[in-house]
Amino acid sequence: MDPLAEFRAAVADPASYVRSATAQSGKKAVGTLCSYAPEELIYAAGAHPVRLFGTSGAERLADRHLQSYCCSLVRGVLEDALAGRSDFLAGVVFPHTCDSIQRLSDLWRLNVPGAFHIDAVLPARLDTASARDYLLDVLRRFRSDLERKLRVSISDESLRRAIDLYNRIREMLARLYELRNENPCGIRGRDVHTIVKASTILDRDRLVVVLPPALQALEDVHECTAGNKAKRVLLAGGLCDHPELYSFIEEAGGVVVWDDFCTGTRGFSGTIDGDGDPLAAIAQRYAERPVCPAKHRGIRERAEHLVRLAKEKEARGVVFLLVKFCDPHAFDYPYLKEALDGAGIPSMLFEMEDQLPAEGQLRTRFEAFLEMI
Amino acid sequence: MAEKDPEKEKRKIKAVAKMKEIMTAYYIDAKTAEQTGKKVAWITSGGPVEPLIAMDIIPVYPENHGAMIGASKMGVDLCTKAEAMGYSSDLCSYARSDISCATVNGGPIGGLPRPDMLVCCTNICGTVLKWYEVQARYFGCPLFILDTPFCHTGFHDEMRRYVRRQLDEYIAFLESAAGRRFDYDRLKEVGRLSIEGQRLWQAVLDTAAHRPAPLSAFDAFFHLALIVTLRGQQQTIDYYRMLLAEMNERIAAGIGAVPDERYRLLWDNLPVWFRTKWLSEKFAAAGACLVADTYTSAWCGSLKYADENNFLESMAECYTRIYLNIGVDEMARMVVDMVDKYAADGLVMHSNRSCKPYSLGQYDIQRLVQERRGIPTLMIEADMVDERSFAEGPTETRIEAFMEMLKTRKAA
Repeated sequence: MDPLAEFRAAVADPASYVRSATAQSGKKAVGTLCSYAPEELIYAAGAHPVRLFGTSGAERLADRHLQSYCCSLVRGVLEDALAGRSDFLAGVVFPHTCDSIQRLSDLWRLNVPGAFHIDAVLPARLDTASARDYLLDVLRRFRSDLERKLRVSISDESLRRAIDLYNRIREMLARLYELRNENPCGIRGRDVHTIVKASTILDRDRLVVVLPPALQALEDVHECTAGNKAKRVLLAGGLCDHPELYSFIEEAGGVVVWDDFCTGTRGFSGTIDGDGDPLAAIAQRYAERPVCPAKHRGIRERAEHLVRLAKEKEARGVVFLLVKFCDPHAFDYPYLKEALDGAGIPSMLFEMEDQLPAEGQLRTRFEAFLEMI
Repeated sequence: MAEKDPEKEKRKIKAVAKMKEIMTAYYIDAKTAEQTGKKVAWITSGGPVEPLIAMDIIPVYPENHGAMIGASKMGVDLCTKAEAMGYSSDLCSYARSDISCATVNGGPIGGLPRPDMLVCCTNICGTVLKWYEVQARYFGCPLFILDTPFCHTGFHDEMRRYVRRQLDEYIAFLESAAGRRFDYDRLKEVGRLSIEGQRLWQAVLDTAAHRPAPLSAFDAFFHLALIVTLRGQQQTIDYYRMLLAEMNERIAAGIGAVPDERYRLLWDNLPVWFRTKWLSEKFAAAGACLVADTYTSAWCGSLKYADENNFLESMAECYTRIYLNIGVDEMARMVVDMVDKYAADGLVMHSNRSCKPYSLGQYDIQRLVQERRGIPTLMIEADMVDERSFAEGPTETRIEAFMEMLKTRKAA
């Protein structure tokens, strides 16, 4: 029996998975954009949070609303919603992220009937007391918005349970990353990708049940001796929804040991303090987790974080996987690269569009980079 | 010397000379700040300039500089330089040209004066946040970020509290950067002048409701510079008074911006700075006047929230609820109001590759305006500075087809 079977099924077809999961659990599914959506509150409201990534459909309904210079994530999410592929959602939550997700929120609200719609307008900066107080205010409003839309009451007790659950999930995902870091060629990059992505789709009560045996299975994987030769690579960027890239890197002689993705470590880093006011504790974790470039927390923090990670994980090189038309990441790339250069860590940039270029071309680029490092 | 065309001379706005004089003096002032001991702050176009004026700090606008770079057709060169520095060609062309210009002191005025501080207000986009981070690293000077939460469907109390608190932080930042106390009485006065200036700018734009319109959006793109740059100063008020008087004279004399105005159009988004003359002539040749636009009116769009007797308190709402920081549906309502106010026959939208908050959502605004007012619309694919994103031939064909449609509708 494949210990990752359920993870794979959820990732292969999130809509079908969530439809059947919610039919069984009786929970309402609430879609989220971006890793800053305060999922703990959705869970505490008795709902099932699902992160939306968008699929690339054949029809181009989103083209009636979005220009060609909009990123594939925003386009894909809108496409799914307009095509009715997101009709399993009872609601959708937009945390303020970037200029494009900000407009996606408007376009969804104006064009997608059915699901309720909440904007949780988080601050764009996280480095001041006023911003943190405002963040907490936004969570308070989000709590009452959810209560109204879902016709429930979110008690402090249910928030504490959510905190406990999310802490456990995040610890397990961190453990998964450590396992891979220790045995990077024994654990395939795409399996890690599958687990982490599924962790944003699976019913979280189910996730805490299926994660431990999956981790156990990976722990039992024999240490791979080829690991001595394979070159350790760290991935950086926004999100990567092309798991085949991991295989290309592995087949080109590299192993992915860590990442700085919002669908990776940025998304699950940070433990929430279980004591004290639960909402304030949740707010604190969002303010302090590794920062996304769409948010401000100093002018050098991201570079320092990336260089520290690369050194700590003994990465020979960094591969930037950037989504085309993602402005916040594109703005940070030159200074991040410069910081890596300064630390003697080589890097390469790969810009991802909706469709990846021909496989041969991709393999050649990764091979060239891995030969160089 | 060639004989001047009296018909053309009649249409020229005389205030232009004064405007050039003011802007030249301003740039000289800014560029010699180091010698005169004045501090220079770089600030975003939507940022609160009044506290700077109250502190005698010279505000400098990289976006205004970007417009100058675009208008002088130096955008491609500077954008290409930024791309060589690693910045994607998909990024905002104002940001790209400013970032590279800072390193080479190029552009039409030999670069901007070095900033002593940077003031970034997020009300226009998330791009400025990243752009100002880049410049803060490059110049090594302090950066203040005024975070104005996006108002999708409203302006909440917690938003007001947050922005209001940041205004205090802003003032403390200025005191520290300038090394002297903030003069709150002076701010009251600057605030009054700012609101007065915005009212006059609105009054100037309002004259275009007259038939024929005495000024066009292309004129407004030019005369805008003062309300952006020198808001809160007496000379801005004096200038717009003069311009308003000239517009009223033109109305009395029946002088329109466009000879034989037959069609009245609205413009949406930033100008295509490197083709303003070309576009203006194209539309004028077809008897169309761009009577108003969503861009230049943004600098007086917050008047409804302003309180001149309590300027500091009203700033939070004024600076948060600006045109680009609101939902697509509210933007569409404002465009519809403008269609009515200026009796527009059509809407021309610039789909601006550089500006996602302005452009994403335009298709919906286009549809909403069509549904509510049934007027023809035209979408032009371009960029404000980067000429590589503009194709003249296809644009010309689309303008011609659009004008043909307007003509048929008018005839019917």
